[in-house]
This record gives sequence, structure tokens and C-alpha cells, in this order.
Amino acid sequence: MLQLSATEPGFGIYIHWPFCLSKCPYCDFNSHVREAIDQDRWRDGLLAELDPYAALTSGRTVTSVFFGGGTPSLMPPRTVAAVIERIAARWTLAPDAEITLEANPTSSEAARFQGFRTAGVNRLSLGVQALDDRALGFLGRGHSRAEALGAIALAARSFPRFSFDLIYARPGQDHDTWRRELAEALALGAGHLSLYQLTIEPGTQFHTRFGRGDFSLPEQDAAATLYETTQETLDTAGLPAYEISNHARPGQECRHNLTYWRYGDFLGIGPGAHGRLTLNGVKWATRAHRAPEIWLERVEQAGCGTDPPEPLDPALCLEERLMMGLRLGEGVARARLRAETGHDVEALIEPAALGRLIAGGFLEVTPSHLRSTPAGRQRLNAVLAALVLRPDVVGPNRLATNPRFEDSSGCDS
Amino acid sequence: MTDLAHIRNFSIIAHIDHGKSTLADRLIQRCGGLEAREMREQVLDSMDIERERGITIKAQTVRLDYQARSGEFYQLNLMDTPGHVDFAYEVSRSLAACEGSILVVDASQGVEAQTLANVYQAIDHNHEVIPVLNKVDLPAAEPERVRQQIEDVIGLDTSHAVLISAKTGLNIDEVLEAIVARLPPPKGNAEAPLKALLVDSWYDAYLGVVILVRVVDGRLKVNQKIRMMATGATREVDRVGVFKPKPTLTGELGPGEMGFITAGIKDISETKVGDTLTEERRLATEPLPGFKPSIPVVFCGLFPVDANDFERLRDSLGKLALNDASFQFEAETSAALGFGFRCGFLGLLHLEIIQERLEREFDLDLITTAPSVVYRVHLTDGSIKELHNPADMPDPVKIDHIEEPWIKATILLPDEYLGGVLQLCTERRGVQIELTYAGSRAMLVYRLPLNEVVFDFYDRLKSISRGYASFDYHIDGYLEGDLVKMAILVNAEAVDALSTIVHRAQSERRGRALCERLKELIPRQLFKIAVQAAIGGRVIARETISALRKDVLAKCYGGDITRKRKLLDKQKEGKKRMRQFGDVEIPQTAFIAALKMGDN
Repeated sequence: MLQLSATEPGFGIYIHWPFCLSKCPYCDFNSHVREAIDQDRWRDGLLAELDPYAALTSGRTVTSVFFGGGTPSLMPPRTVAAVIERIAARWTLAPDAEITLEANPTSSEAARFQGFRTAGVNRLSLGVQALDDRALGFLGRGHSRAEALGAIALAARSFPRFSFDLIYARPGQDHDTWRRELAEALALGAGHLSLYQLTIEPGTQFHTRFGRGDFSLPEQDAAATLYETTQETLDTAGLPAYEISNHARPGQECRHNLTYWRYGDFLGIGPGAHGRLTLNGVKWATRAHRAPEIWLERVEQAGCGTDPPEPLDPALCLEERLMMGLRLGEGVARARLRAETGHDVEALIEPAALGRLIAGGFLEVTPSHLRSTPAGRQRLNAVLAALVLRPDVVGPNRLATNPRFEDSSGCDS
Repeated sequence: MTDLAHIRNFSIIAHIDHGKSTLADRLIQRCGGLEAREMREQVLDSMDIERERGITIKAQTVRLDYQARSGEFYQLNLMDTPGHVDFAYEVSRSLAACEGSILVVDASQGVEAQTLANVYQAIDHNHEVIPVLNKVDLPAAEPERVRQQIEDVIGLDTSHAVLISAKTGLNIDEVLEAIVARLPPPKGNAEAPLKALLVDSWYDAYLGVVILVRVVDGRLKVNQKIRMMATGATREVDRVGVFKPKPTLTGELGPGEMGFITAGIKDISETKVGDTLTEERRLATEPLPGFKPSIPVVFCGLFPVDANDFERLRDSLGKLALNDASFQFEAETSAALGFGFRCGFLGLLHLEIIQERLEREFDLDLITTAPSVVYRVHLTDGSIKELHNPADMPDPVKIDHIEEPWIKATILLPDEYLGGVLQLCTERRGVQIELTYAGSRAMLVYRLPLNEVVFDFYDRLKSISRGYASFDYHIDGYLEGDLVKMAILVNAEAVDALSTIVHRAQSERRGRALCERLKELIPRQLFKIAVQAAIGGRVIARETISALRKDVLAKCYGGDITRKRKLLDKQKEGKKRMRQFGDVEIPQTAFIAALKMGDN
């Protein structure tokens, strides 16, 4: 079994497959529907974009790879295999590296599960979303409850670890029906569950329909009750929340996502993928071009599809680190905060603001961590907005530009 | 220079939406002031706010060249005037510069309260008034009924009323003929020493200070040395012209004529509205009567959202005050809001307009406190204190009694809404003076405390009468009242910007309304919030805003970091517009809305 290594953030590689068979009405991710995809060109594109990053970070050990989308279960397994091989060739791939692929539980995609496993994928994340056919219809999913159950069973047989997603606080969903659905989900044996409250994102089909009044969603208090029910039920079942919407048996946490929340470095490969990369003490934000075809052309011509990377001020890094880290049950490790900013929590955050949040029961400061309490996590937006940071203490950027990054990325036009 | 017999100076009086600006547009078009392609609606309303709200705030003039049916050429000077009660001062300035008025009444709506007030002003200025019934092309038009109403309510002879449609241009020529035939020409002596009335002045980025004048006697010419009689300033005139409505240089203005001059003036404070211009070489002995200064009746605090904008706010207020003699301000400090200004206005619309102009023209973000009227506090030591700000209320033990301003209000409305309006007036401590009918319309005259009117009276009146009631008022003395200071407490901390002075009998209703409103306006926060209204130490109303229960992003992965961080930054930026009271943040919108108090 894979072991979560201590509390190190790790170094992950995210691969974005931007294509879907259809666009789900709630989804605001960078996904596109295309009639035909030139699989060889896309494979070569993904492989090509790995190279310039490898040149920058070749000495590092990759602890996780994550195929996300879009719908990466539509990728030919040989493409997945080629990407993993290339990563192993260019970097040191940790022997216990977590390699996750997101999959839709349709029967045609389930037929490829074995191929993904053979390619090296050792963790499957299934987009089940609901265990009820009517809800699946509302969510615009291409699979049925029966297919979902079949895919879950197959994933359990085929992969060392697997997880699936559910969406709650759907129209008309009450406390009892959600409890029953959760109980059923827990009986399916996954070591990890992602349970998301349905939110309406701008630019989605739901945004238009919701704005028009086609359906309504639970109000704040009802949604809070559903969230609290979720926490209690999963705690009791032995899959406590290690992050706001993610629950796992101990040791089953998604290592790749922990890298994000621990604010470790990760590469973003593929259209629209984001990355965070520390070079010579400066954190860089990278983002690849969102449009699949433009990204592909850029990669073919210049070797990478990334827009000019942006160096992040230490103050922004601090804000991002807290925004991500306070989502975790474990919180933000003080030692790492000190190592990277040269200051302790108490110096970085306005004491009056911090004091109010601690006294209100929303934050805790322990000898090793700054963390949000369950009450604080449930209201994290307000907690983050109330945290007054002291950028004067963090100080200015140590390096305004980093020639090494720009020289080798070679495509910041 | 045109001889006096061929000049007519007139203003147009009308209620909002009765078609005054459209008629002005039509007259300008008919007299060839603008090509068709240059016409846009409300050409005289140059401020964006005027165009958007469909109202006129500042007076404007335009010269029309008209060849009458007789074949003779006339110079017609039109002064466009504001219709709203808050701008009565501007109206009186316009009227003083004219000999006659056109009264425009919507033939489907009839006479409204503001029309009445302005017509009476015109009659006080000895104006000849030509009744014009507009919108006669509408199916709902009832010109005969409205004609009768004008006779009954105003007492004007309507046998020569002109029936028009400003929109279609019907009978526009009849209006022009009536102006020529029925309005008197101005009087004046071209050979006497110069006497010109300073009607208005404003700062123009290209020309410097532009002065709008009406010449009474003598001639005003380029290169002439002039003196402003009240300020004593002397200047040399460098431009003389008229608006047609495009500025057109004429080099000279004679008696009876209106136009503009520039005289190398950089500082607008030299040009006092109502002053008399004369010539340095040959001084006039007596100045013109000028204008009655207007007195602000509504006060509120204006505070910059960003404390660094304080000086900029001061400069901007200064600029507006110079262009608007009826507006006053002085520095004020609030524990809750920091440094700002206590400002005096002619009414709530005036307040709103100034606030909007500051935000728009000067790009300032403002917090506006609840409006207050001017109280006279009689202290036990016999002295009297004028109170503009509830925060300055003396210790109650030192107060003998308090007087508050009352108004005499005229309300015209369709009789079906009479019951509701009578009830509203009674609720607001009104005393009925008169109730008369003209056809199916009722005319109410009430005495009311101004305090009750600045609160939300106008909004309530509009909603009760579905917008059909019209309202006008003038200040009508001071009376003693049982007045108390009501404080608003947020988590037991007084928000000085929200304290108000109320009549004891109204305090509970007001306190409850304010607390309920604040409950709606203050978003749920990490901590529970108690909102209370209190008089002295006694709580008279209370609301609780429960704490936030859930507010968190469901998903935040690697690809979301940048976007979500930017959202967070925006949220933090928004917090700068909030004011902190202990653990509680009150958004600026709560202050503005508490001021308006809307529909209950």
C-alpha cells in the first residue's frame, strides 16, 4: 500500500486532457467537445511540453502525477503510458509515486480501466456525482446509476486505490435523502470520497438556468446542515475530512492534491493547466493557453504552450499558502512557513485579527501548525477575508526576474 | 444689438415630464439653432445626470432668431429652468431675468404641485404667463378639463391657451407667435451706465470662468473694463457672446439681451450670483436687487471612503459650492467615519445630486450619513444653539426645549388616493390647512414638520399614490417639539453616523424600521450582531443578525489558486469600503440605504 510520506508537500505533475463527450451543465473547467481528435499529435504535444520543464527541474523527484480534465478516461491508454514513461525518463519518479486518472463511469470508459492500470495508473478517481438516475439526468451526466455501480466495482478490483465524487445540495435534496445516499456510497468500499456542494459557477449552463429561476438551491442554513451531516457521517464511518470536501481513511488521502494544499510545487501540462514552481527562491505561476488548438500549435512550434510565467511576490505567496493550507484539517505547518518567509505566524498576521479569529473559535495556533477549526473551515471565505496579512513583514521580492526560467522556457512571447 | 421692441425674454415652467425640455428642443430646431443631425434630446441639459434623470438642474439660456408671421425679426431668449422644488432658487434666478413665462401643462395629467409653486413665483415676478397644453396628441389628453383646472386652481385665463404636441411639433409656431404677441418686451436704456445681472457662472476648462448675464441698462462690450458691484472686482471683458445654443461671439450685448462673457477670471469666487456688473468708467449708482439667498434646510455628513481623499473632497466641494450658491459645507469629524464634511442642502434631491456629482465628476467614493434638519435648541441658560448634526446634541439636562422647522406643503393628487395620503400626513404629525377639489383632483395644504419629510415622506407619497401625487413645500417657521436623540448601536457600540433626532412619538416606529432595515443590509458575518435603537440608555428596538453558517468554496485545486486568490483580493478590497465596529463590518450601502429608508 502507498504511504503518505510525512508532511512533505511533494512535487507533482498535472496533465490536462481538455476533451469531453459533452459539457456538463455545472462544469466551469477548461473542457471542450470535439468531433475528432488527432491522437498522435496530442500525445506528442503533451510529451513535448514536459521537456522544457524537465530542463528546469531535472534533479527533483516526482511524487505524483494526476491526469485531469476534461475527461482523461477518453485518452488512449497508450498516450497515458507514453506520458508516464516520459516523466520517468526525464525525472526521478518516486517508487511509491501516486498516479491518478480521473474517469467517467460509463461502460465504454470502464473497458479501458485495465489499459490505464497497465500504463502505470495506480489510483482512479471516478466522477460518479450521484447514485440516483434522476439526479444524474439533472446533472447532465452520460451514465446511469447501474453503470456507476459497475464502474466502482471494477475500479475496486483493478486499482490499489480509488475514489469517487458526489455532488450534494442538489435541488430538492433534503437531509434524509442525502444521508441515505451517503450511507450507500460508504458501503461501496472506496478509501476516499470527494463530496462537493453544488455551486453555480459563472459561464456554465446552470448559471443561466439558475439565474432564470428554472430551479432553486438550498439556502445557506439548509446547505450548512447538509455539510454538517456530511462531516458527521463520514467521521463516524472512519473517513474524516482531511480537506473541506475530501474525505479519506488514514493513508488514503490524495497525495497529489495535498501538494496543492500544502503549497508545494507542481507543473501544469496541457491546455489551460496552471503550475507553481520555485526556482532560486522565487515562486512562479505558470499557465498554459486555454484553447486546445492554439496550445497544440504553440507546443509544436515553440516546445511549450505556456504564457509568460509570472513571479509571485512573497505577500501573494503567503496569501495563497494560507488560502490553500487552511482548507486542510492539518493546517499550515509553522516550520515551513518560517523556512520560506523567515517569520513566524504571529509576525505575518495582524495580531488583533488573528486574536479575534482564535477567540471566535475559527482558528487554532498549535506549536506546530496554524489551522482552521471545523467551524472555521465551514466559513473559510469569511475567515480568509478577516485575516489581515502584514506584507511589510514579508518584504519585497528577493528576485524581480529569474533569467534561468525565462531562458529555458523559450516561449514567453 | 437688437432694439428692445424686438426682444422677448421668457422661461418655461413645467412639472417634471410635462415636456418642457422637449418643447425647448422643438423651439431651437424651429428657429434654426441646430441642424437636424445635431439635435439630440434635451439639448439644453448638459450634465449627464440631467439627461439620465430627465430633469434640469442648472438654468440654461439660448437665443432664438425668429421671423414672425408679420415678417419682422425677433430675438427670443429662452431660459430653461429646473422644475423641482429643491431648485426653487435657480428658478427664481431665471424668472428674474425674464419678462414672461410659458406654462407647460401635460394635457393628460393636469396641474401638479410644482407647477403651482413655480407659476406663483412667476406671477410674483410680474410675469405675463402663456398657458400651453402639451401632449394633446395622446389618446388620454383632456385639454378642456385641464384648461378648466388651470382656471380653477391657478386662476389664469386660458382662453388663449396654445394646444401643442412638443413631440410631433404640432403648433410650435403658435407658441412662438404667442411669445411675440403676448409677452412684453424688456425695458432698458442703452445710453445709461451699464447694469447687468450676473445670473450664473461656471468654470470652463478652456475659457476660464464663464458668466451668464442679463443686461438691463447700457451696453456690455469686448475690451470694456467692468466692475462687479458686490465683490468690487474689476476685469476687462475679453469675450461677449450668446448661446444659440452653440456659443456664438457677438462682441456686444445691449439692454434686454442675455448672453455670456468671459473676462480672464480664473477664480469663480469673484463672480457672485445675483451681483450687478457695471462699467468701471461710468459706475451705476444703484445695484440691481439681486437674489434672496437660499438657506440650506437639510444637512448630512459626507465622508470619503478612503481617508486619503479628504483633501480632494474639500477641493471638490469648494468647486461645487462656487457653482451652486445654495450649497454649504464645513469640516466634521466622526468617530465612526473619520474626517469629512457637514453639508447643507435645499432638499433631498439636491443632496442626492451633489453626492452623485462628487462621485461622477470628481471620482470620489463617499459615505453619506442620515439627513437632519436644523433644530433650534433653547438651553437652560437662555442661549439658543442651531443644531445641524445630531452628534452635537447638548446634554439633555442643559436643554430647556427644542424647536424644529415646519413646512407648508401643497399636495395635488387624484382623489382615489386621498385616504392613504391623509393617513400619511397624520402619521407624520401633519396639520391640515386646506382640502379642495378641482374636478377629480384633490388639493391638500398641510403644515408638516420638515424632519418627517426628509425622512422618507416623498417616497411614501409616491408609493401610496402610485406616482400620481405631486408635492411642493416651503419653510414655514419653527415650533417647539418633543424631540429626542435616537442612537443606533451595533453590538452595543454607538454608530454616531446613524444617530438621528426624532419626535418621541415617532421614535419607536423609526427605531424599529431602522433596525429592521440594517438587519437586511448588514451581511451575515462570522460573529452574531445585535442592532439596537436607543434613547438615552433605554433600548427601544432590537434586531439580531445571526452569524454566518457556511461560506466556503467547495473546490480549490491547483488550477483554481490564481483565480480564487484574485477573488479573495477583491473581497479584501471591498472590505476597505466597510467600516469596522468592534467585530462588525458595516457596508457603505447600509448607510446610504438607512438614509433613504425606502418603502416601509
